[in-house]
Amino acid sequence: MAGTATEDVKVLGLALSPFVIRVRIALRLKRVEYEFVEVRFAEPKSEILVKSNPVYKKIPVLLHRGKPICESTVIVQYIDEEWTDGSGSSSILPADPFDRAIARFWAVYIDDKLLALIWALRPEKEAAKVTELTRQFRQVLGLLEEAFPECGKGKGFFGGDAVGYLDIALGSCLGWIRALEKDKSVKILDAEELPRLAEWAERFMAEESVKGLVPEADEYPKLYAAAVASQ
Amino acid sequence: MARAAAEDVKVLGHLLSPFVIRVLIAFRLKRVEYELVDVRLAEPKSEILVKSNPVYKMIPVLLHRGKPICESSVIVQYIDEEWSDDGGSSSILPADPFDRAIARFWAVYIDDKLPYLIRALRWEKEAAKVTELVGQFRQVLGRLEQAFTECGKGKGFFGGDAVGYLDIALGSCLGWIMALEKGKSVKLLDAEELPPLAGWAERFLAEESVKGLVPDADEHLKVYEVATARTSATPAA
Repeated sequence: MAGTATEDVKVLGLALSPFVIRVRIALRLKRVEYEFVEVRFAEPKSEILVKSNPVYKKIPVLLHRGKPICESTVIVQYIDEEWTDGSGSSSILPADPFDRAIARFWAVYIDDKLLALIWALRPEKEAAKVTELTRQFRQVLGLLEEAFPECGKGKGFFGGDAVGYLDIALGSCLGWIRALEKDKSVKILDAEELPRLAEWAERFMAEESVKGLVPEADEYPKLYAAAVASQ
Repeated sequence: MARAAAEDVKVLGHLLSPFVIRVLIAFRLKRVEYELVDVRLAEPKSEILVKSNPVYKMIPVLLHRGKPICESSVIVQYIDEEWSDDGGSSSILPADPFDRAIARFWAVYIDDKLPYLIRALRWEKEAAKVTELVGQFRQVLGRLEQAFTECGKGKGFFGGDAVGYLDIALGSCLGWIMALEKGKSVKLLDAEELPPLAGWAERFLAEESVKGLVPDADEHLKVYEVATARTSATPAA
């Protein structure tokens, strides 16, 4: 479905949120135009956010024809199913049910482990704890490094030839990973330890559908401060 | 799709896990035969469990033609897609993308709130804290009742005329809800407070695809300890 009118599709969010980035990459892959509406996430939250996501009051929210959809993985699957071209060429989830299950599983894993580590590491100042969290982080990424050949079937992305669901789930976190590496002077996505992931990360960040959506590492401190600032 | 031979389809798990029940209901809806394999969850865990779910070592695991799939919501969607009659009568997720998104959202919400509340309530001994947890539980169920009105579109289930994804996600927790109500002498799914949801629960448990899969309160209490509340007047152990 070509060029939906911009006013039909709104994304409520902030640029630094991996969850929001996921939705924006998915819309780019489908070539769907949308209006990006930056919202106040810290209290008092934007009224449109509270109204459209009363349960969690979190970002992202996709508003399609005024109807809200919440939770990034739910939104990405909605985008995949709503803007389908039948032939599968811009399909975000793989075609085969087993491959879909594997992609979904690893996305659950990422949301379970990786995001928690990002939020834990960000404020951590104690050296020993930073070391421990970094170690856990590398362990989590290690499992994804092992999973990469099976998912990607020897191609350049978890989704195969093209960026797919799992690429989006993990790739959306790369900005934070790079930001934390810089801020804490640690190596998380270590190219020596995780060569496949390191190469994949470069490929991912160079993709048309991704360019400009993942902030640079040194933008994060400012973006984060703005996101949590009280009015 | 005709029935898969039972040896093709194994489910690792047991009936006292809501997550396992979800998978079994899904198979019943698709009329797919399976073999339920009980596994050891306490250390040392069963080898087959560790081998097929090395990441989490948790149940359920679906083994289809020897290939493992983990995480109940992932498994249920796999079952829906693998044994698909192309969005026909036995479809677990709704047909419309927006309805699917709403069903998935509420299933995420259920998994976010209920397992924690079930666990917390199960072990809580202090009466005041029990009351607080019961309050939270009822609030969550209250939200789900609102979702029921929105999703069911006036029909008998979250999925409309038939049991669907969200019915399975919530219905699989009914055994534990009833066990906690009995074990702790509290009301969680209160028919006076939430009549539509109470009606839904009765309908759900009476469904052919569900009968026998949700153990009753006593079955749970036989196997699982549920801490009884003490009043503040009772000295702590």
